[in-house]
Amino acid sequence: MTARIGVVTFPGTLDDRDTQRAVRVAGAEAVPLWHRDKDLKQVDAVVLPGGFSYGDYLRAGAISRFSPVMESVIEQAKAGMPVLGICNGFQVLTETHLLPGAMLRNNHLHFICRDQKLRVETNSTAWTADYETGQEISIPLKNIDGRYVADERTLDMLEAEGRVAFRYLDVNPNGSLRDIAGITNEAGNVVGLMPHPEHAVEPLIGTGRTDGLGFFTSILKKLVDAR
Amino acid sequence: MTLDTVKHATETPEAAQPWKELGLKEDEYTRIREILGRRPTGAELAMYSVMWSEHCSYKSSKVHLKQFGEKIPENDAMLVGIGENAGVVDVGQGYAVTFKVESHNHPSYIEPYQGAATGVGGIVRDILAMGARPVAVVDPLRFGAADHPDTKRVLPGVVAGIGGYGNCLGLPNIGGEVVFDSCYQGNPLVNAGCIGVMKHEDIHLAKASGTGNKVILYGARTGGDGIGGVSVLASETFESTGPAKRPAVQVGDPFQEKLLIECTLEIFGEKLVAGIQDLGGAGLSCATSELASAGSGGMRVELDTVPLRDATLSPEEILMSESQERMCAVVEPGKVDRFMEICEKWDVIATVIGEVTEGERLEIFWHGEQIVDVPPRTVAHEGPVYHRPFARPSWQDVLQADDANKLARPANSAELKEQILKLVASPNQASKAWITDQYDRFVQGNTILAQPEDAGMVRVDEESNLGVAMATDGNGRYAKLDPYAGAQLALAESYRNVAASGAKPLAISNCLNFGSPEDPDVMWQFAEATRGLADGCLQLGTPVTGGNVSLYNQTGETAIHPTPVVAVLGVIDDVTRRTPIAFKEEGQLLYLLGDTHEEFGGSAWSQVVHDHLGGLPPKVDLERERLLGEILISASRDGMIDAAHDLSDGGLIQAVVESCLRGGAGARLVVPDGLDAFTFLLSESAGRAVVSVPRSEELRFTDMCGARGLPATRIGVVDGGAVEVQGEFALSLDELRAAHAETIPGLFA
Repeated sequence: MTARIGVVTFPGTLDDRDTQRAVRVAGAEAVPLWHRDKDLKQVDAVVLPGGFSYGDYLRAGAISRFSPVMESVIEQAKAGMPVLGICNGFQVLTETHLLPGAMLRNNHLHFICRDQKLRVETNSTAWTADYETGQEISIPLKNIDGRYVADERTLDMLEAEGRVAFRYLDVNPNGSLRDIAGITNEAGNVVGLMPHPEHAVEPLIGTGRTDGLGFFTSILKKLVDAR
Repeated sequence: MTLDTVKHATETPEAAQPWKELGLKEDEYTRIREILGRRPTGAELAMYSVMWSEHCSYKSSKVHLKQFGEKIPENDAMLVGIGENAGVVDVGQGYAVTFKVESHNHPSYIEPYQGAATGVGGIVRDILAMGARPVAVVDPLRFGAADHPDTKRVLPGVVAGIGGYGNCLGLPNIGGEVVFDSCYQGNPLVNAGCIGVMKHEDIHLAKASGTGNKVILYGARTGGDGIGGVSVLASETFESTGPAKRPAVQVGDPFQEKLLIECTLEIFGEKLVAGIQDLGGAGLSCATSELASAGSGGMRVELDTVPLRDATLSPEEILMSESQERMCAVVEPGKVDRFMEICEKWDVIATVIGEVTEGERLEIFWHGEQIVDVPPRTVAHEGPVYHRPFARPSWQDVLQADDANKLARPANSAELKEQILKLVASPNQASKAWITDQYDRFVQGNTILAQPEDAGMVRVDEESNLGVAMATDGNGRYAKLDPYAGAQLALAESYRNVAASGAKPLAISNCLNFGSPEDPDVMWQFAEATRGLADGCLQLGTPVTGGNVSLYNQTGETAIHPTPVVAVLGVIDDVTRRTPIAFKEEGQLLYLLGDTHEEFGGSAWSQVVHDHLGGLPPKVDLERERLLGEILISASRDGMIDAAHDLSDGGLIQAVVESCLRGGAGARLVVPDGLDAFTFLLSESAGRAVVSVPRSEELRFTDMCGARGLPATRIGVVDGGAVEVQGEFALSLDELRAAHAETIPGLFA
């Protein structure tokens, strides 16, 4: 039996089908979850995919955070269920305060879509165990509100606790503080990042690399091993 | 003010009407009176005025466009032809693909962001209305001079609008063009294309049939935006019932459109609609009259049931509003409840506004009083047709006699090198990454190729690896020199681009951007270009599935270059066989396919170095294009080439530089016998491509070219960190990259 990984669709979510595909490519079962539905259908983990949920009106992620499905996700995440937020999903996770900090408009004010090099700063999270700490990967980045900010104390705390999960290499594409591309919570079960691992799971598609597959194989192994 | 009902109109035959302000000609107004046997009501006049506009009725272009339906090549792929929202072709394995290109030129000049954004929204709804899931968009764009201050206003807005809308819809942007020329200074061309995929059985058509079926309007509420153009706003008739001035440019809400897409696809999935039409230009006037006109019965609409954003809108304004993100469906009564449930799930407002009736009239009521009673065909499909006078411009001969082949050429290698560096850095030849990086090219997870590749390509089926490719091309400079040849060169280039990616060209769509049809010079350009395109499609075996005409692209007396943009759609059985443009593998051999002649008329070199436009464009040989295409496709399928790049503006050197920069490898070139370095590197002869051949495949590849009669000349090897032309010059990749990459951000960032 494989693991069941939920993928939430909010109105305006765009990468839900892509994320479901990535989950399947890794060998897990993808379970669609609907924003109005509190029922998480007994999934073992949840991915909040990218997009412009509720049009990103008001502020990216600000409305989704109040949707019925998020009540359950927040509760389960606090109880240890693995949750991955990609792009808009990361924005939702900061809005829920499952992860600290916030995302502002890119410093150049433009949407940017590029093949982005990252360094995996820690492999002791639920979603990065298949990488080496320090491993360099390239996956697509595409957003307009991707500039990670937090106060100095929070940033120092993240660094000290080894919770900066990914850092931009070569180019900081949006002015994120300390080149932060993604972070994890203290327990390592909740991870958020702006770049898109789900768009780098098949050779030929997108950048033609599969550097993002490790996110999905990491969680699958962890869930299967836990049985 | 009293409501202008049908009864009132009959009783007041002599009442003055603002037909002129609405853009109608006197004989057109007279014809409406003849059709109805009385004066039209205000609402009827509003409908006829927008539906008989050039934009909706194609009244000036129709007589020329009919060639696309007459000169149809034998082609099994065509499933739905011209006349529907978009054409549909069979791509095999039960899949059908619909695609189309449209213009949103005028609104994008007035309000670049919203103009461009709603251009994307409109074409996506056209594709959706055919029953397809939109899978990719492309944007062919043309702006004024790159260094003109107004270009700095228009371009960033257009690019942000395309990105802001398309990115939010989750559609990968996989291709298009960006061209600068001062002829577009007051008339930027913002064309938008979309591709959609469905199964054959899911094809939907815009027609209202089945008496008693319900007409459902769903999506955004109707507001006062985009009402029939500025002339309407000045009209006294409407002044008293609403705010005096409203924007004529529509405002987009991509979030609403995303919901509309998912909602509509779910509705299609449950087979709940009998007919469907999107609301774009001319809004409800268009949707109701076209649905009724194409169906078997009539239609009755209760206009006061339309959900409004602004309660003060008059019936005329509601009929003309071009508010975005709306669709109109015809649904059997028993399926209405389920239809409404799905709309509720997606938070989409849906309202039954009428039903299909017996008889042949389109009747519209406002709080119980009849304000429209017309035969729908006279509104939608039987508008005026003009045979506009056209004549070869008096200046055409002088232009063609101004031979670009006689321009001063570089005197030595140093000058050649300098001119090439200038060419590579010129706005038209420079990298457009700063622009295209503002578009999401990865979303949906099926993108195989995207700009700057020759064609965009997306996977259609994950199991079989079936894919489709599309390229859009147009060269206004060539078309100005010879509109017939120019249109064929646009077709040839787009065809070549698709073939270079490894896909087989199947069919085309077009967007014909021209000046005023009231100018005989422009009408001649239009007549020549359409004739050229129709003849070319017949010869290449690629039918025209539909398209769009944009006229009146001129400022004062000065028209833009005639700019037919051609989109070719191709199919590839196995996307793993696709051919990218990148030269990567050191040691691979570079072959030039096709013949090179001294052809510099309309060339990038003549523009960049001499600011010149004259002479004749490159010679067209469509049989050669077809042969080149076959070779490129076979070589891709059989693994004989690792990279291919079509040769077009900027000639061989531009293609080699792009391929080297893309792959990060250099190239050493040798000028072949019989050619001088200048012609070899910079001529723009058509029907050519450069390919990178693994040494192990060389014999097999050259044998194939030889056997089929395609000239293939070995011109060099992939090697080193520079583009070197033996005996002439070398330019390091770093130097080239800087020249190529920094121009556009330098101008617009």
